[in-house]
Amino acid sequence: MDYPAILSIVIWLPFLLAIIFLVTPLKDTLVKQAALAITLIDAVLASLLFFNIDKSMPLGGFQWVDRIIWIDTALLKSQYLVGVDGLSAPLVMLTAVLGVCAVVASWHIKIRVKEYFIWLLILQTAILGVFTSLDLLLFFLFWELELIPMYMLISGWGSGRKEYSSMKFLIFTILGSAFIIVGILTTFITSDPHTLDMTMLILNSGGNLVQLGFYGATFVYFCFFIGFAIKLPVWPIHTWLPDAHTDAPTAASVILAGVMLKMGGYGLIRINVTMFPLQTVAYSYLIVALGVISVLYGAFMTLKQTDLKRLIAYSSVSHMGLVLVGIGSFTASGLTGAGMQLFTHGTITGLLFLCVGLIYEKAHTRSIPDLGGLFIRMPVVAITFTIAGLASLGLPALSGFVSEILVFAGAFSGFPLMTILAVLGIILAAGYILWMIERVLFGEVKPSVQNVSDATVLEAFPLVLLVLMIIGIGIFPGILIGVLDQAILPIVANFGGA
Amino acid sequence: MSALTIWTVFLAPVAGFLVISLIIRPFFGKHQWISPFVLIAALLVSLIIAVMLFIDTLATGGAGYNSAYEWIKINESAIIDLGTYIDPVSASTLVVVVLVSLLVQVYSMGYMHGDPGYSRYFATMALFTASMIGLVISSNILQLYAFWELVGLSSYLLIGFWTERPSAAAAAKKAFIITRIGDVGFLIGILFLINHSFSMDSVAGINVLHIPDICSIGGTMSGVIVTVITLGILSGAMGKSAQFPFHTWLPDAMEGPTPVSALVHSATMVAAGVFLLIRLFPFISDSGTTMLVIAGVGAFTAVFAATMGLVVHDIKRVLAYSSISQLAYMFAAIGLGAYGPAIFHLITHAFFKALLFLCSGSVNHATHTFDMREMGGLRKSMPWTYGLMMISSLSLIGLPPLAGFWSKDEIMLSAWDLLLHGAIFELIIFGLLAIGVILTAFYTWRMISLTFHGTYRGDSHSIHESPTIMIAPMFVLGILTVIAGVLTNPPINLGSLHKHWLGDFISSSTVFHHGHHVAEFSVMIATISTMLGLLGILAGIYYFKKSKQGIEEPLESLKSVHTLVYNKYYLDTLYEDIIVKNFLQKRIVNITALFDKYIVDGLGITIGFMVRNVGHILGLIQNGNVQFYTFIISLGGVIGLILLLMYAPGIGG
Repeated sequence: MDYPAILSIVIWLPFLLAIIFLVTPLKDTLVKQAALAITLIDAVLASLLFFNIDKSMPLGGFQWVDRIIWIDTALLKSQYLVGVDGLSAPLVMLTAVLGVCAVVASWHIKIRVKEYFIWLLILQTAILGVFTSLDLLLFFLFWELELIPMYMLISGWGSGRKEYSSMKFLIFTILGSAFIIVGILTTFITSDPHTLDMTMLILNSGGNLVQLGFYGATFVYFCFFIGFAIKLPVWPIHTWLPDAHTDAPTAASVILAGVMLKMGGYGLIRINVTMFPLQTVAYSYLIVALGVISVLYGAFMTLKQTDLKRLIAYSSVSHMGLVLVGIGSFTASGLTGAGMQLFTHGTITGLLFLCVGLIYEKAHTRSIPDLGGLFIRMPVVAITFTIAGLASLGLPALSGFVSEILVFAGAFSGFPLMTILAVLGIILAAGYILWMIERVLFGEVKPSVQNVSDATVLEAFPLVLLVLMIIGIGIFPGILIGVLDQAILPIVANFGGA
Repeated sequence: MSALTIWTVFLAPVAGFLVISLIIRPFFGKHQWISPFVLIAALLVSLIIAVMLFIDTLATGGAGYNSAYEWIKINESAIIDLGTYIDPVSASTLVVVVLVSLLVQVYSMGYMHGDPGYSRYFATMALFTASMIGLVISSNILQLYAFWELVGLSSYLLIGFWTERPSAAAAAKKAFIITRIGDVGFLIGILFLINHSFSMDSVAGINVLHIPDICSIGGTMSGVIVTVITLGILSGAMGKSAQFPFHTWLPDAMEGPTPVSALVHSATMVAAGVFLLIRLFPFISDSGTTMLVIAGVGAFTAVFAATMGLVVHDIKRVLAYSSISQLAYMFAAIGLGAYGPAIFHLITHAFFKALLFLCSGSVNHATHTFDMREMGGLRKSMPWTYGLMMISSLSLIGLPPLAGFWSKDEIMLSAWDLLLHGAIFELIIFGLLAIGVILTAFYTWRMISLTFHGTYRGDSHSIHESPTIMIAPMFVLGILTVIAGVLTNPPINLGSLHKHWLGDFISSSTVFHHGHHVAEFSVMIATISTMLGLLGILAGIYYFKKSKQGIEEPLESLKSVHTLVYNKYYLDTLYEDIIVKNFLQKRIVNITALFDKYIVDGLGITIGFMVRNVGHILGLIQNGNVQFYTFIISLGGVIGLILLLMYAPGIGG
């Protein structure tokens, strides 16, 4: 399959609609319908890309590349360069699919509808841009672009301490961006010839394109690492996440947990692991240790939470820790597991937030002590919530299990003790998920949920979509592993890893 | 047998699950009565094939390994494939699983009649049966692990079936979490196996996750690693089979509907731990340490669980403790190297314990309670239930010629055999198992007396025998309870039935490199174990005859002991109050929460404060006063000029 500019269409389609919204007076319902139609088309196109990825591409090989020279001066050379490979294709599909879910989850929005959807669509383009940019400057621009709409969505349509949370989100992320831009500029200045082209940098990783020496490269490595670690987020710089999640509107939570955290993991694999393999190996202990701490720490924190969204937010910290464990292992199965965990956690947590959004919308509370007996009142939401929860605790036949097993199998040979500690996290996961299900779904119907209704057909659509993805990947993980391996195996093989 | 035929055993209940949950429940809500028929039809298909597979295996040694689909490949020597492995062990277990499930489903049609969750019940039962079948036929350890977790899931859903009961929800969660703690050990064992694959030559063509291969690789590893892996697998088995210290979930699991207790929590799923150990027996037995631990855990739990069975008032909980104790006998047998008797006992126990549970369900159907203090004197009004309960109880006690006698006798015989050339450890094992027999007889007789003898103490006015749909499957199990022992493992040649044919058949599996020698039937041991059982019964008769009302407890005269046992040795308190609530939820979580609040956010606030104040100071300069600006600019100009004059070449000195 080779259509010119198809990838750029996938990236810019939501943005284009946002522009149209901006300049035309459209009715609210029409805005929603148009947004749904466009995100659906985008999701279909992105899925086509995913299923047509060429699995035989070598290291640094990308498909559907669009390249335009953008800045070409002696001081700065940058291009509009986008393309996908086995690592980014699943994330592009995930972003597009969760985009549809986010639009449906926003159906109940009543205030400043058009403005809301404009931000949501720009957010969509920004994230797609991050996953597809192959030029470091372009990557950084998209990385920054995503901040504005997310800040607007949380502060404008959120709940609770929304101003505090959106500002905290902004400050933490900008702090990370500062490190990233230092990393990017150092890379550019020290490369000879000067380049920001990621395909070139990937092909010369460990070589002499970037003339920094080991310690210089280590400096750049940690600049990127800190920036991406804040986004992932990694303990101890995770505290922005629970606040942002809790106070964001449902759609923003879905995007935030479903795809935005993945930008951190994606950056770590795409830039840190691929371009700086020597540093990844040298500091693997630190990376795995931070991962294990995040796994256990996030899991412990869930035990104290009484707000459903906060609980799931901390579970995200725990699950993203596994990504770090897989990355630090620098083995084929560990890295594939990490890439897979990015995708599966996106679907699982996206689904959990959709369910919580529906519960909140109908019961007007997310406080666990006020909920109970939802199996009786909202069977569809309750069953979906249970499936998502079971996937989150790593039940076989659901997608989370496969990525966990791959990460554990990959990390065990190098880091047996730390892997065992991470494995203990699955007991805690079973604990907090089942305890949550017990309190929210089982038991007598509490007064606050006496009159709630179940999901409508439109609301159930994204739920079913994500459940199918979770079960599909859980039973046929080969679909995803095959695509990821195209990108992962050459990285590892290039540096003699197992 | 073609691979597709074998898979049909598994796929039929899967199809049943899909039809009930995706078609009948959502779209035919008014016709819920179809659901059990769908499942029963599917299970009939499975049963026919399972029996054919069994006969085929008897004749040819089994279809062996068939791979269907490569699931995940970690490296050349560690491949997770979905395949089937049919040998004598899986073929015989398969028949028992499908048969008991089928009978329990028929019973459920009566027992669950009128329940609003009728279809959901049968859908979950279908899911359970499919997962259990999948577990039994798996050829890959990770495939087995996956089904292992799925039976855990169905168990969770079935214990919590009545979602509106908080106690059911708590019990379901407890069952899942405690078994999962055991499973972590299992998973770590698997990770060690995978780790071993990295050091292997891929040319060897060995897959460290393939069950027959695992049975033969023990020799290629260091002894310590084998012990670590086997202890890990053992912890999984102990969690699933509710052995001390993981036993606490099983009595609580009785919150589920009674047919569930019969199928999942006595006959099949809890026996999966025993099945796993037998499946990997050649590998397990490569570690002497692990074998000692298995024997020790088994013998201890056999007595330990039985003591708690002496004091509980809930009839199903008596049976739950009895299941733990009987599974412990199987563990002890495995630890002694007698895997043949272990699987024999697994089979007979599946029949008579399922029957005992179905009888308790029948009693509950009439009295609407499980509390034995509210029962008594049901003998006359429920003759069928009484008769079947009596047969299964005597089988549990182990009186000839009932099924339980033959299998328990073989275990006692194996223990005796080892005692003859053993020392103190073997003596303790045998002694504990013998004490267990007496206790079993006593608590069983206590249960019979309190339920059926004496006079009725409850307040239900409609004590009646259960409907035929419930009695019929009980009757079939009753017949099996009587004949299964003699026919499957006769001590002498019975016409065309060779003596110990099942034991010989099991040990003929190719994974067992050296078949287990089944000890010859010994009249002495048979007499001893029968006498022990009778002793327990006589004690029961004596005691419960004396107390006509039958509600004073034998152990109550020993106040402190009774309190200790009645409170389940305070293990629930230790696990839930001390470890989880006090340690995890208070101590640890408070530390992490304080860290978040003061260190991370505190740092963030400090940085924010600094930034704001630097801004404030800089802001003072920008006060909008033009004179001030001009002054600064002039000052800067003058300084610049001076610097220029001082340093610029060719101007100054």
